[in-house]
This record gives sequence, C-alpha cells and structure tokens, in this order.
Amino acid sequence: MAEPLIYELSVPGREGAKPPQLDVPPAELPVDLLREELPLPEASEVDVVRHFTRLSHLNYSLDEGMYPLGSCTMKYNPKVNEVAARMPGFTGLHPLQSEETVQGALYLMYHLQEAIQKIGGFAGVTLQPAAGAHGELTGVLIMQKYHLDRGETQRDTILVPDSAHGTNPASTNMCGLRTVQVPSDERGNVDLDALQSLVGEHVVGLMLTNPNTLGLFDENLEEIIALVHGCGGLVYGDGANMSALLGVMRPGEAGIDVMHFNLHKTFSTPHGGGGPGSGPVGVVERLVDFLPGPVVAQDAELSDDEAPYFTFVTPPKSIGPVKSFWGHFGVLARAHTYIRMLGDEGMKRVAEHAVLNANYLLSRIKDVYPLPYDRICMHEFVVAGHFAEAPGVRALDIAKRLIDYGLHPPTNYFPLIVHEALMMEPTETESQQSIDAYADILLKIAEEARTHPEVLHDAPHHTPVRRLDEVRAARQPVLRYRREA
Amino acid sequence: MVYIPHTDEERQVMLASIGVERIEQLFNDIPEQYRYPTLGLPEPVSEMEILEELQELSAANLNANQVPTFLGAGAYRHWVPSVVDAIISRGEFFTAYTPYQPEISQGTLQAIFEYQSMICDLTGMEVANASHYDGATAAAEAVLQALNVFRLKRKKIVLAPTVHPQYRAVVRTYAQGLGLEIVGDEDPTLPLTKVVELVDENTASLIIQSPNFLGELEDLTGLADEVHRRGKKALLAVATNPLSLGLLTPPGAFGADIVMGEGQPLGLGLNFGGPYLGFYTTRQKYARQMAGRVVGETVDVEGKRGYVLTLSTREQHIRREKATSNICSNQGLMVLAAAVYLAALGKQGFRKIAELNYHKAHYAAHEIAALGGYEIVSRRPFFNEFVVRCPAPVAELNHFLLEGYDYTIIGGYDLERDYPHLAQHMLVAVTEMNSREEIDDFVAALAEFRATGGYHG
Repeated sequence: MAEPLIYELSVPGREGAKPPQLDVPPAELPVDLLREELPLPEASEVDVVRHFTRLSHLNYSLDEGMYPLGSCTMKYNPKVNEVAARMPGFTGLHPLQSEETVQGALYLMYHLQEAIQKIGGFAGVTLQPAAGAHGELTGVLIMQKYHLDRGETQRDTILVPDSAHGTNPASTNMCGLRTVQVPSDERGNVDLDALQSLVGEHVVGLMLTNPNTLGLFDENLEEIIALVHGCGGLVYGDGANMSALLGVMRPGEAGIDVMHFNLHKTFSTPHGGGGPGSGPVGVVERLVDFLPGPVVAQDAELSDDEAPYFTFVTPPKSIGPVKSFWGHFGVLARAHTYIRMLGDEGMKRVAEHAVLNANYLLSRIKDVYPLPYDRICMHEFVVAGHFAEAPGVRALDIAKRLIDYGLHPPTNYFPLIVHEALMMEPTETESQQSIDAYADILLKIAEEARTHPEVLHDAPHHTPVRRLDEVRAARQPVLRYRREA
Repeated sequence: MVYIPHTDEERQVMLASIGVERIEQLFNDIPEQYRYPTLGLPEPVSEMEILEELQELSAANLNANQVPTFLGAGAYRHWVPSVVDAIISRGEFFTAYTPYQPEISQGTLQAIFEYQSMICDLTGMEVANASHYDGATAAAEAVLQALNVFRLKRKKIVLAPTVHPQYRAVVRTYAQGLGLEIVGDEDPTLPLTKVVELVDENTASLIIQSPNFLGELEDLTGLADEVHRRGKKALLAVATNPLSLGLLTPPGAFGADIVMGEGQPLGLGLNFGGPYLGFYTTRQKYARQMAGRVVGETVDVEGKRGYVLTLSTREQHIRREKATSNICSNQGLMVLAAAVYLAALGKQGFRKIAELNYHKAHYAAHEIAALGGYEIVSRRPFFNEFVVRCPAPVAELNHFLLEGYDYTIIGGYDLERDYPHLAQHMLVAVTEMNSREEIDDFVAALAEFRATGGYHG
C-alpha cells in the first residue's frame, strides 16, 4: 500500500505535539514582520508516529538482512553504540561551553584521535570532517597548503587512478587543482609506466584508494609511493576501504601521508539512510601543523596525575575550520565505543574476516559470474553482471531480481572501468550461512538469466513500487509537494 | 569475537572453498615489512565495562539541559518532542544506506521529499536539497553555487560581518584555492547598507544572515533587487534560523536566491556540536547549479507514485572532475528528525514554539535592561538572541555564573572572541526551555555580580 504524504494526512485545525504555556508577559509582536501563512501539515501525534512507522516499513535495512554494497561497508551497527551516543552528558552538551565543563567529551575525543593515529600509523588526526568526501576535501587542502608553505606554488595537479571514487576528482576541483587520470594495468593495479610519465614538479599528490575499488591490494604500492615522493608530491590515501587493513597494515607506516577514515564504514557507526557520516583525517608528522582546527590536546601543565586536562588547540598553519564546531560528536562517541570494545586483536579480526568473507563469496560464484581480475581480493570484489549466454541481461536486472528474493543488491555500475560491474562487500559481520544464502540466490539468478530473462527484466515484482521512471524524474522535476489549486 | 559470528569449523570450510590454508595467506599482497603491526590500543572491554566508562565521561560534563543555559551562538537548547527520537531510533531508518535502490528505500525517499517540501514552505523558496553537513558548510556551498551560476567567471564574494564567524571561516577554508576575493567583513561594524555597496559586476554573491549573529533582524526589503541591480544578477544568499520562520516573513518572500542555514533548532539535540543539519534552498531556475542530493517524485512501470534520487547528473559520481561540489554522504538521519519534528509540531505547534522564543527573549532583555549596569544593544525586535553590554569582561561574568553564584548557570557567548570592538558584550540566547524562574535567576545573578563588585569597574 502506498503511504500518503504527511500533507495529505493533514486536517485543518488539528494539533500535534503540544508546547508549554507561555509563563512570561508577552512582548509586542512586530506586526509588519510577521509571515502571512505557515503552510505546514496539521496532524496529530499519533498520525505522525503511524505515518513514519509505515514509511519505515518501506525500507530495507541492515537490521533486516545482508547489505553487501561494495565500497559502502554495511557492517552491523552495534546497539551499544546507540546507548553510548545518547548518554545525557553527551547529548546535552553545548559546543561552546567552557572547556572545564566538557572534560568528559574532550577525553573521549582525545582518545579517539589517539586510537585513529595508532590504527593508521599517523602523527596527528582531526575529527572535524563530517563525511568521507569532506575528509577528502580536508586532505587535499592540507596537501595544497603544505606545498604553498614551502614556496612550491607551481604544483597544481592531483593524480587520480581511473578506478577512484568520483569524489576524488571532485574534491580536487573544489580546491582549484587539476585532475590527471592514471590508468590501471591488466592486473588492476596503478599502471607504473603511466604513473612514471605523469609525475613531476607540477604534482601536488596522488590520491590512492588501496585496496582499490576493485577490491584489490595494489601490488606496486611501494613503487607508486616512491615515484610520487620522488617528485616531491604527497600520497593521499582514500580510507573508504580501511576495513580490509585494520591491524594488518598501517598506511602511515607504508608512506601514505594523509588519509581520511570513514567512521560510518570502518568503525561501525550507522549510515542513517545517507548520513551523518564522519571523516577524520590522519596525517604524518610533516603535515600536522596544517590540520583544520581545533584538535584536542592534553595540557600537561594543567593535568595532575588523577585528572588529565584537555583543551582545544588550533594547529599553527591550519587550513582553517572545515565545518562548525568540532565534528560529529555523536558519531565519534559511537566509533570510540566500537574501538574500545575491539582493541588490537579485534581490529585484526575485523580485517581478516572481512577479507575471508569476500573471498568466500567470490569462490562460490566466480565460475558463473565473469571475474575481470582473477586474484585474491581484499574486503570486496567486482564481477561482471553480464553473461555471454544471456546477452539481454544487464547488471541492473540482476540487482533488481535480488530484491525479489528479499536481498539488497550489490553496488552496480561502479567502478566505471569494469563493464556492467557488480561490486560486493559482505563485511565481517555476516555469517557463512548468510553468505551462502546470498551466493545461492546469485547462482539461481544467473540460471534464470539463461532460462527466463524476462523475469529479470521485469524485476522487482513484489515491492511497494516497481522500477521507477528516473528519466521522467530528471526531465520534469517534481521536488516538493504542491497543493491542489 | 565481538560482532564476528564465525566458528573455527566454518572458517576451515570457507578457507577450503577459497583454496588457501590460513587466513594470513589472503594478505600476501601486502609488503611483508608492514604486515601485522602492533597497534597499541588499550585492552578491549566488554559492553558492560564500556558503558560504565562512558557513564563516567558523561557525568564529567556539565549537561546544559540540567542547568539554566543562555548560550546560543549557532546551537540552541530546544525541546525535542519524544516522537523524534522514537522514529529516528528505528533500525529501518538508521541502519539503511543512502537510497540508491528506490524500490526498497521508499521510506527514506518519501521522508526526504516531505522534508524538502516543508523546508520550502518554511523558507518561501522553490527547491530544497536533501541537506549539507551544517549551517557553515551550507554557506560555503552557497558560494560554490553562485560561482557555478556564473560559470566561474566571477571571482568576488561579499560577506556581511554579522554572518556567523564560523560560517565566514568555513567559507574561507573552502575558497582558499579558488582565487576569490572575499570582502565585506574586514570592518566588523560595517552596516548592511554599506556592505551592499560592495556588490559589483564581478560579484557572484552577497551572503548575509538574518536573524544575524548578533540576534538582529536585517531589513530585507528591496535588498534582493539592489543586489541584482548592482551585481548584474548576483545572487543574494541569506542564512537564517529556521525556527524564526515560524513567526517571521521568510527570506524567500523578499526575493532571496538562496536561503540556507543551521537546521539544529529543528529537533536536533545539542550533542556537543554535531551531527547537525545544513538546510539549503534555492530558486527553481538554479536547481541544476545546487549541489547535494535531491529527491523527486515520479511513477513506476505501473503508474504508481514513487520517489527517487534525481538530478544526479550534477553530482560528483557522474561529473567527477567537472563537479563543483563533492558532497556524497549528507545528514540523512537529521533530515528525518527535522521532518518528524516539523510534522509533529505542525502548523500551530511550530508557530507556538517560535512565539515562546520571541516572548521569553524579550522578557529577559526587558528584565536585564532594568537592572542598571547592563545595556541591551541589539535593535528590537530580535528573535531569541540579543546582545548585552556588561559591566565587566564576559569571561569573568560567566565564571561567576558557573561557580560563584548560588546556582550553576551557563551564561551567554563572549562576543570579544570574534569581534574585538565588542569587549564586555554577551550574546544571550533564550528559548522555550528557559522557564520564567530560570530567567529570573539569571537576572538576579547578573544583579548580584554587579552589586558584589565581582568585576573591576
């Protein structure tokens, strides 16, 4: 059943949640400044609860089942994280309270900074960026300012592999820099010869996703880093795929100079139907002074043994703040909780099982789904959603058919360098049984593609709405509710 | 192991299927010298223990909800109806991803569509996106949109000095590589009438705030026309407090081209500064230059109404290096909270909350003005925030309120931090959460501070 819009449930004169009575003498209202009408819906509280509850039933969610969107790391969101973030001494904190009144929050932020430094092998961390792409922007600004500070004003180019997330070149453009694309080689690595011909004194840095978006660890990592450092450039690590490396490798140790982390991927905080995320950025020693401000520091002079004292400090050459206040504290509290419960051994286990699960799923389907790069994968892999024996069936059809079986499709049509890509990331929190069930359905759909392709073309069949007309949505945009005239 | 379900036996079966003997073999591509470092994280704890730890940290903070608080400056203590957290705590919403598969994401998509509609209604604008990170980044995105509208040919942005200092700082952070000229706020006392005169043919946008950072309502009458005339169609972007629009004529009705700001007052807790919500609206004609995700209505193959993410050709995953914004994850769950908040209060309740803020702020200002030694310097009327000139540095007064008085009170914002000419000026916020008793206590504390000479003056 379709759910009406909240406006369509509105009844003139109906009241919702009730504010308190005015307990002070009223002031005179500025008559000439008052708005004429306020066309918000009028619904009762019970109407509102039922409306949004019914809407919730139209969503597929991670709490319902496996959600193997490649590059998105839809791992289980622990419930304790939600309890943690809702502690009254956290939710009730005003961001501009004096430091002495927020020591508990600063303690948490300081220790999260420290933990991310240790996990990534970095010398400094900012928790301010609001999401992964925001962390990228932060990282590129840091690289840019580092070179400017050294007087190397000629550096205007960021190298981006062709397998990169679209946010990499977009972040580059936001900083007024040029993007030059680096091709991949036949094993899915950055093409070293091409890179060799592209490096030079015009290069700000290279943005490297490793494992890359094919789910492959770049076999030439050390050569790549040496080439970029050799021309005076910096190496940016896109940390979207950090789940594969937790406790297994520290990017900062391997020569990555700056990297963002996605707390909403790697560190289990929920995606919220599109946010909020959190994109802390870690940097090596030579970039620490450029971090956006402020960061949390432990003040040795004000600390005594029993109670260390924390303060906000703005790094001396800071690129400036990238958002209001200090970061998505509510998300930070969740990630802190997760890291505290895992420790060193837990981190390593996450990476190992994320990689084990991806390789296991791949082993179950690779004889049927064409695999463009036949290697051991990391936490995710890419196959082609296209069969020689069923030329009319596309990746999109397979994705939509999965929905009929009550499963969430993988990422499709990304990365762009694989034709009809299906990108799958089971994550470590899925059991063998749930991966087997997913693999069984994928194999069944491949069979259907040969025998009954029309079933795939028409999928999904049982959802509240079926394939939606996206062309119409874009050509004749209806972006808000309009009252009947 | 916590959150990892595998048994030893299952691991063996899985490894055999892959064709390796040990998990470590899966990591052979990693250069050996970097493999398996010691991280040095603290020893892990159980759920029970971490909750004890966090309760201690939580208790080490002074919870602004438990004491009289008069601090605003961009984040406000408001009543959040219980329904908001009840809805956003549903796993169906908060454990879903960005709605890329519309057939199984109609809940999120429709909620965003309703949010976009209500935000348009509030601001008097034609299109809204599905959010930016917060008010400051929404202001920065307004700059990017304006540059985009003029195809990066105009290089000047005019910023009023009464725009939130953090918004102005974030605009400068975003713009540092773009070779822009950002003017208008060098002189913090420059009135808006003079700021507008800086708009010229090379200007992409004038950015103002109303109610401004000092709580005052700017006169928007004729402003858009003047900006369009002086700046040959330059854009007027107005940051606003959405709650004030429960009462006041929205900037959209005055012809603004972009209306945006901090959505935290719409049902989001203080949370030490985030996650909040950057709401963002513009005119229909600029819809394709606006960044961020947008949900649109369409039909399915059977003609049934449904919702999808749309206008995606503007976005980074299609445009890549041609994109002017990189936003991807936004504030999805906060958008839902704002939608539930607005729906739950509805037309009457929302107006009522706005009125409570207005009346209580004016009551507090009236009482403070009567004390002697304190002066209200904001032009009336304001909305829920105003500036008080104090008899001593605000830091001293706030210290007294926190520790020197009978009750703990969180005082207002020290404007000297951003405006050197406003030493001894406090920005005081009063919301529906401040009972008359709290306000009277605050006023009494101010009186005692002055009377006891807890200052040098």
